[in-house]
Amino acid sequence: MSEPLSSVTITRIVTEEYGRCVATLTRVLGDIDLAEDAVQDALTVALSRWPADGVPPNPGGWLVTTARRRALDRLRRDAVGRDKEARAAREEPPPDEPDQEEGGPVHDDRLRMIFTCCHPALALPARVALTLRLLGGLETPEIARAFLVPEATMAQRIVRAKNKIRAARIPYRVPHDADLPDRVPGVLAVVYLVFTEGHATATRDDLAAEAIRLGRLLAELMPDEPEVLGLLALMLLTEARRPARTAADGSRVLLADQDRTRWDADLVTEGLDLVRRCLRRGAPGPYQVQAAINAVHTTAADTASTDWAQIVALHDQLLALAPSPTVALNRAVALAETQGPARALTIVDELAERLDRYHLLHAVRADLLARLGRDGEASAALDAALARTDDPDDRALLTARRGTTGGGG
Amino acid sequence: MAHYLLSVVTPSEGEPPAEDEMNVIMGNVAKLQSDMQEAGVWVFSGGLEAPDTATVLRRSGDDVLVTDGPFVELKEYVGGLTIIDVPDLDAALHWGRRSTEAIGLAIEVRPFHWAP
Repeated sequence: MSEPLSSVTITRIVTEEYGRCVATLTRVLGDIDLAEDAVQDALTVALSRWPADGVPPNPGGWLVTTARRRALDRLRRDAVGRDKEARAAREEPPPDEPDQEEGGPVHDDRLRMIFTCCHPALALPARVALTLRLLGGLETPEIARAFLVPEATMAQRIVRAKNKIRAARIPYRVPHDADLPDRVPGVLAVVYLVFTEGHATATRDDLAAEAIRLGRLLAELMPDEPEVLGLLALMLLTEARRPARTAADGSRVLLADQDRTRWDADLVTEGLDLVRRCLRRGAPGPYQVQAAINAVHTTAADTASTDWAQIVALHDQLLALAPSPTVALNRAVALAETQGPARALTIVDELAERLDRYHLLHAVRADLLARLGRDGEASAALDAALARTDDPDDRALLTARRGTTGGGG
Repeated sequence: MAHYLLSVVTPSEGEPPAEDEMNVIMGNVAKLQSDMQEAGVWVFSGGLEAPDTATVLRRSGDDVLVTDGPFVELKEYVGGLTIIDVPDLDAALHWGRRSTEAIGLAIEVRPFHWAP
């Protein structure tokens, strides 16, 4: 009935169950802070009892029951808590399984929590922090480190957001079907922002892992939303390349130079499978199209045999769905492979004004100019790129390229 | 149910709307108020005179000082307000959205800490 207890086991259980417990307790108690305190109490009890008694067969259910009992104890001691005590005693005992409403979608409490944390009335940084804290179970100092802000700033951000949820009465519920198209993108943006933060820096891969965990959770909770599946596919296919993104000396390796045998085959399979599921739905959205672009790259043996025409077509579709100058820049990169560097350079030059501060615009220009034999201009473009990024990996790549540009003509 | 204040964020600079335009806005506002009343959420609404018509009272020791108008030049001021009584922020934002569509100015939605 019990499994051997190690700190690894406990950490795994806490990671897996924290978000679910806080979400359920928030519904039962009607207050996020109270729910967090209660779950914290229950974890303390678990840590003192489990080593002797063993881990119960349903640790999540045990934690929720214990937390609820602890919360009731707390509220009884507290005169102003009488209202909430009545509410907590009145509410149905928390179910171990998500409740299935007749004819309606499964409403896991974590889905309520996600929509509350990602409410449009909260600023994006606050949404990200709350989601990581309440659903991911990350501690405030961890979140602060991940986003490179002082711990006090992050703590204040989370307290302010929770205070606004309470004071302004941000509802704790899954939006009606009619409102979902407006609300789902806000949730996905939070998860994708966590992922890109984690992906941008090799030392923060825990954030990418957390984003994928949230993405899997969303896909489990909203299996009928194609963009939810698209986002998960996009993250999995990007993450699959992580082992090949870093060379032995720690420097970054671009897609074209990656050893494709080092890609994570399981993640690729899972990602491609999701892309196929999306295609069958026939309701494309920005995340699905970006996942499809990654799928085309992933199924090619090397850069030369990549189906660039398909990649250009997908970028055209992406531009129609979500126009942005960076998408146009990526399209130009693909277009260089199908129509040549001169045509691509014309497009990049048209984007130059809007993207002047973006180092990759200048890096792409440098590459196209070098391919056209215009080495002097290519060197100048590399200098412009170097002047616009502080990231050590970016700078190392750009500096190495400048060393080879213009040397041999 | 909870009370929310919907304030009309009015810019101090710039031209006020022409008479025709103002009539359209007043029509929209009247329609919105009757919709709020029909939905059972309306508590109060009104448009305010310009800030230079204001008088400020400030306690000073045992006295109360009376001053003519706020002296600080503000970029924007509360030009009008509505108070509604609704279940939660989503409902308040729904009426806030309707208000900004009716008036064409920004609407600030703020919860009351307490109300009778």
